[in-house]
Amino acid sequence: MLGSDDAVAAGAILRPPARACQDGVALPSRAGPSYTRADRMRRYLTHRLLSALLVLVGVSFVVFLALHMAPGDPAQVLLGPMATPSELTNLRTQLGLDRPMIVQYGRWAGRAVQGDLGRSIMLRRPVLPELARRFQATLILAGGALVLAFPTGILLGMLAATRPGSPIDGLSRVVAMVGISMPAFWVGLLLIIGFSVKLGWLPGTGMYSPAGDGGARDLLAHLILPAVTLSLVPLAIVSRLTRSSMLDVIAQDYVRTARAKGASETRVIGWHAFRNTLVALVTVLGLQVGYLLAGAVYVETVFAWPGIGFMMVNAILTRDFPLVQGGVLLIAATYVAINLATDFLYAVVDPRVRHVH
Amino acid sequence: MSTEASPSSAPTVRSAPVRRRRRGRAVGVLIVTVVAVVAALAPALPLADPNRTQPSRRLAPPLSPDHALGSDHLGRDLLSRVVWGARVSLVVGVLATLLAMLAGTAIGLVTGFYGGLTDNLAMRGIDLIMAFPYILLAMLLVAALGPGLVNAMVAVAVVNVSFYTRGVRAAVLLLREQEFVEAARAVGSTEGRILRRHILPGIAGPILVFVSMNIGVMITESAGLSFIGLGAQPPTADWGTMLADGRQFITVAAHVAAIPGLAIFVLVLGCNLLGDGLRDALDPRLR
Repeated sequence: MLGSDDAVAAGAILRPPARACQDGVALPSRAGPSYTRADRMRRYLTHRLLSALLVLVGVSFVVFLALHMAPGDPAQVLLGPMATPSELTNLRTQLGLDRPMIVQYGRWAGRAVQGDLGRSIMLRRPVLPELARRFQATLILAGGALVLAFPTGILLGMLAATRPGSPIDGLSRVVAMVGISMPAFWVGLLLIIGFSVKLGWLPGTGMYSPAGDGGARDLLAHLILPAVTLSLVPLAIVSRLTRSSMLDVIAQDYVRTARAKGASETRVIGWHAFRNTLVALVTVLGLQVGYLLAGAVYVETVFAWPGIGFMMVNAILTRDFPLVQGGVLLIAATYVAINLATDFLYAVVDPRVRHVH
Repeated sequence: MSTEASPSSAPTVRSAPVRRRRRGRAVGVLIVTVVAVVAALAPALPLADPNRTQPSRRLAPPLSPDHALGSDHLGRDLLSRVVWGARVSLVVGVLATLLAMLAGTAIGLVTGFYGGLTDNLAMRGIDLIMAFPYILLAMLLVAALGPGLVNAMVAVAVVNVSFYTRGVRAAVLLLREQEFVEAARAVGSTEGRILRRHILPGIAGPILVFVSMNIGVMITESAGLSFIGLGAQPPTADWGTMLADGRQFITVAAHVAAIPGLAIFVLVLGCNLLGDGLRDALDPRLR
């Protein structure tokens, strides 16, 4: 799935059919009134925003339902094994656990919208500030990985596409296959063994607060190994996607025309060809940011990075459901928001999207 | 797609990758076959009991007497645990893939063929599942079901159902409009027969390719859940759990963590190479 040149070129599938258009000029539609470019864009954005809100409601319901169905009684967890039946009944009434599930969901969702995600059972603190602190660390890690993966992957893919069959093409293929086959938690351990234990160049663990405990240099030193580990899968995918999209684009007539007009190879590839690979890259950017936020759980566990994934693993193991609920909801909501932003970006990089919608 | 790039350069562009792909497929077949045979023969092989502890021989390095790959922190033989762990990984990977494939194919077939309200509802459900990053959804399911190998397997299977459903549904939507389906209907075939005899064979190839590529993902994901403590539980000889155990000793005995990780990497690489090769073999554009 991930290693396939064609399969990852999802952007090609998502691309709507091309229609002739001119900036600022309303295109005649088949039926109904004609809309200006700004109208179309507004309608498109509104439609996507409403869909995202609906998805978000669905996501929150799934999160609530999954943990509602989990074995174990929250009242028992809170009061401990020595609680009497009447104490349990009272607490269940007090927490609203005796109400119908849909009512419980409504109350929970209503509070969640106002920023109240409950209190962590283990930490005995409100969930939201804890999530915010941890999420900051995860964002730093995911951002570091993104900065490493995308430029490197794009460069490798472009070099491979412009020199098919060459050693660099072979290298990009090996990097992609190895990148998607190596489990991140193993790569992380190998990097710790190599660069931390054996060479002593970089710290393997020891980040205690999200923003770094010893300033920017300390943060950077702690960030390098986890970010490299987390960047491998996106790097592999981006390099293969760039290669396959670029090969498709290079075969187009307009690229031949650009060459025939005497444009330099750098301009043909770097400007004319690369711009048309952007839709596919935006697709994969959206998907990979989601992977980086959730997939960071393994890397955070290996490097004891104080992020949201590491926190959630501990919360699941200790059955701290308010923390799990909050964490899943936050990441899923971020993922939905990223998908929404990706759709907006399509409209920016590909004018055909705005016009079709 | 890309083979139309430039007719003059096509032969050199195509022949080298084809050779490489065939080599890759052969390597993939070899790796998967060796691992499967060794895993199947584990009880018959002259190996130590994977759960027998020997505190006096703890953290023995590789190539030690009696411990070809060394021993772990409880003195258990790593070679034996890696071989038995292969059984767990393969069984979990294959079963989870089969579960996801069967459920996803059934839903995709029915929704794609019949359409209507069922299709609409199922697709909204799939959209909802896909709104979660899949690792997160697997963790959520494990949180709901409770940590354990079977639950982890079910979780990674459920998460992957949506990929099969989408792929199968898209293929069925194309196939159901074909003339041979219309012809079958005209001669009086029932809907069930059309699905079984005409549609299903048409999507078998792509499903097979996806299955072969998906097994590697399933193995990595289930090992990952075990690594973070949500999958297999000690003392099960599972590669993810072994890696997690070995993590505590990387400063004194790095091999305890490195060897099970290497085993996961080799098996997943084999599955991915095999899947790539199968896709190429079944896709006429890539021949």
